[in-house]
Amino acid sequence: MEYLQLFIIILFSPLVNGVIKKVKANMQGRTGPGVLQPYYDLLRLLRKDMVISRVTSWIFSVTPYVVFASVTAAALFVPVLTTRTAFGVKGDVIALIYVFALGRFFLALAGLDAGTAFGGEGSSREMTVAILVEPMMMLALFTAAITAGSTNIASISGAHRALSSPSHLLALSALVIAIIAETGRVPVDNPDTHLELTMIHEGMILEYSGRYLALMEWAHYIKQMILFTVVVDIFVPVGIAQTAGFSGMTVPAVSYAVKMTVLAVLMAAVESTRAKVRFFQLPSILGGAFVLAFLALVTHIMMGK
Amino acid sequence: MVVLNTFIAGSACILFGAIASLTLLSKARNYSYLFSSVGSLLFLAAGGYLLYAPAFAGAAIPVTSNFSFGFSFDALAGFFVVLISIVSLFLSFYSVGLTRGIRHGGYLSFFYHLLLLSMYGVVLSSNIVTFLVCWETMAVASYFLIVFDRNAEAAKAGLFTVVMTHIGTVFIIALFLVLARFTGSMEFSAMRSAAASIPSGARNLIFIFALIGFGTKAGIIPLHTWIPRAYPVAPSNVTPLMSGVMIKTAVYGFLRICLDVLGPGPEWWGILVIAVGAASAVLGILYAVMESDLKVFLAYSSVENVGIILMGIGASMTFRNSAMHPLASFALAAALFHALNHALFKSLLFQGAGSVVHAAGTRNMEQLGGLLKNMPWTGALFLAGTLAITALPPLNGFVSEWLTYQALLLGFKSSSVVVKIVSPLGGAALALTGAIVAAGFVKTFATTFLGMPRSEHAIDARESSPWMIASMSLLAFLCLIFGVFPGIPLMLVSPAVFSITGSSLDLDLHGSMVTPQATASLSTTALALSLVLIALAAILFVRLAGGRRRTVIADSWDCGIPALNSHMQYTAAAFTKPLRIIYKRIYLPNRELKVSYIVKPFFVRSITYGGEITPFFERYVYEPVMRGMHTAATKIKLLQSGSLQLYLGYILITLIALLIFGT
Repeated sequence: MEYLQLFIIILFSPLVNGVIKKVKANMQGRTGPGVLQPYYDLLRLLRKDMVISRVTSWIFSVTPYVVFASVTAAALFVPVLTTRTAFGVKGDVIALIYVFALGRFFLALAGLDAGTAFGGEGSSREMTVAILVEPMMMLALFTAAITAGSTNIASISGAHRALSSPSHLLALSALVIAIIAETGRVPVDNPDTHLELTMIHEGMILEYSGRYLALMEWAHYIKQMILFTVVVDIFVPVGIAQTAGFSGMTVPAVSYAVKMTVLAVLMAAVESTRAKVRFFQLPSILGGAFVLAFLALVTHIMMGK
Repeated sequence: MVVLNTFIAGSACILFGAIASLTLLSKARNYSYLFSSVGSLLFLAAGGYLLYAPAFAGAAIPVTSNFSFGFSFDALAGFFVVLISIVSLFLSFYSVGLTRGIRHGGYLSFFYHLLLLSMYGVVLSSNIVTFLVCWETMAVASYFLIVFDRNAEAAKAGLFTVVMTHIGTVFIIALFLVLARFTGSMEFSAMRSAAASIPSGARNLIFIFALIGFGTKAGIIPLHTWIPRAYPVAPSNVTPLMSGVMIKTAVYGFLRICLDVLGPGPEWWGILVIAVGAASAVLGILYAVMESDLKVFLAYSSVENVGIILMGIGASMTFRNSAMHPLASFALAAALFHALNHALFKSLLFQGAGSVVHAAGTRNMEQLGGLLKNMPWTGALFLAGTLAITALPPLNGFVSEWLTYQALLLGFKSSSVVVKIVSPLGGAALALTGAIVAAGFVKTFATTFLGMPRSEHAIDARESSPWMIASMSLLAFLCLIFGVFPGIPLMLVSPAVFSITGSSLDLDLHGSMVTPQATASLSTTALALSLVLIALAAILFVRLAGGRRRTVIADSWDCGIPALNSHMQYTAAAFTKPLRIIYKRIYLPNRELKVSYIVKPFFVRSITYGGEITPFFERYVYEPVMRGMHTAATKIKLLQSGSLQLYLGYILITLIALLIFGT
């Protein structure tokens, strides 16, 4: 089980995205594609020929693999059904954020590699959003880490101090905003657009096609699911198993599925009820989240819990 | 003493190099650097030995009855000797390739050797006079290297550097005098044993003076202004030495005085150092990211890295204040490790930038682009340096920043509420810095090496000489090894840490790195391995699931308008525009738009656009001071009319005054 958790994330991450899309469609009064559509999309892309720009260098070709490998390696640190993970002691939340940064770094380089304005625009915006998100996300995670006395996610999760204090509620709200930004969702980015004025993530991967695009999309789904998992691991670890092995995994599996569904519905609800904001209004939203994270920390220190 | 003889032999080698650089045939002068590589190798061996040998006082050369020119050898000095040696060893290979056939190459090599030797002298001095002599030699040598290009920009930068360095030196001399006054000695070892008797007011004064004096050399904000002027104009084989190593001698000086000689201080010392470090890191990189000059960008990034090192040192000082010695050792190890890493990747990056400037003839990245195709080796190695400095796993920068994060987070174990709040905020500042560094290096690497060439400079650039590539490859290799196997560099760091804090480094390295009190663990070895395995698995999976598919090479997507050209690419200035808007309170940007019309307002002849940011500290701190000094000088000039009678009158008045008041 310790080693299989990784595959849960890899295999089910497109499903989570499918659920978000389906719920979103229903909320907007559409039928929408089935929840399995992301799988069909990936399969279709894998079997297509590729078109690559003649301007690009080898950076463009290695990026899909770097991005995929980095997010998947990050999944190794994250407990899914049990806190007894094989790689739980090999990395922590800080490593997680920096492994994601590795993928983002190459993604941004690839965006600029084809020499088009779309890619450059996407890269520039992506790196700017990261500047606004990372300190806030780190501070929110610090609050949880300080409570548990560890930055390793498995230890934080194992400490079972779910939402025990106001400081955790504040940190959770900051983290949810961080995740909306990190996964490129409304109101920060719009995952369904190819309009140059609004896109961030789609701008960077505009030149990609075929199997490279499949890897990029899949990596994006995996990253999204990891972030969801980190939130539930840290703030609602209810139901997570503390043992290794396969026995007694029914409760953790069911509770995990429920928690993922709740988060997916929440994301769909946020996307359906908010409009995408102007890029230069993001600092006030994300700055507000930083204040939340800071308050979480101060509350924690003042209240002592 | 074998080790002492090794040091002497190493110094002799470097001196020979200095002499050879002036006497060799001008065609072979670039090979004079091989002397410094042998010298560095000897220093490396001796420095490594010092780390694990008991400290000893070396030979002293008596000058007067009161003091002697003396050197002493301990683990802290040994660590910095190793740091200098690693960089200078590779840099000497690079220099052989870079300086082939340049004018005045002998002059360049002479001062290079002098600078190198004086830096070894600084870290090995046993008393304040020796220290100051070496410190000043270092300043003089670096001045002559900065003005090497003999143009107006270099001359101005040289003058600015000399003035700033000497402002710093004034504070260093002052702090030495205070120290000597209260301890009654000029030897560091005697000062250390008498340090407890210094009154607290004097201790605070010494600390502040050390922070200003050494901070000027290290380039903390707002004393950083000489760094972005001096580094870019210095020859390309000197900048790596200045940025990678010379600023580390300032870190050494600060550690020697404030942590080693003075010992534990009050709580606010550590908090101030964390705050200064955080400010330098964030502002340094914010200014860096706006630069389109390749070397100025890297120079500002040095300011940022000194900030990160200071955050680690500050954390160590707060722990020491509350007698949490294992944690103090841990935080100091993070700082020293980052200092070592910065020496590696920053000299790699400056060497890469030097190669680009050498090949393309411009430092302006807006005129470069697509160089990865013409200079594949330099490009790939520059990318390695970029990944390391951006602290991306599994390279070395990531490990030392991770340790710094952990050190700051451990601040929560402190009993003081201020430390509890300041430390995680330092962590958030580090996260902010990290994200801006990533943006800055994406911009720099992509504008220089990716996309289409933006000018003839970039089209005509050719790959550098094998000497230069060899040097950069070795540095990049070390960046990887130090990241994947952090146990190796930590073996160099831990004796130096122990010699200061007296508490050994509590860092379990079996399997994964575990911080003190087991608050976190990390294994970059496992991480690197899993990254490689997953990437291979992905390649295999894609082949199996997709089968063999065609790849069509075509133009970039051009929205149906044919012939995209290099001017339509995103520029470095465009890339950072969002930051200029978001942080406008810091940058205070000016923009100028000039439109000339054929028929107003419909037919436009030309539009010129200019934009710049306000260098806040230059404009609002330095310029008023300089203006004030000018005004004062003009007033004082009135005294000096050139008339002999008036001067005789001054003498008369002075004499009378002395007779009246002196008796």
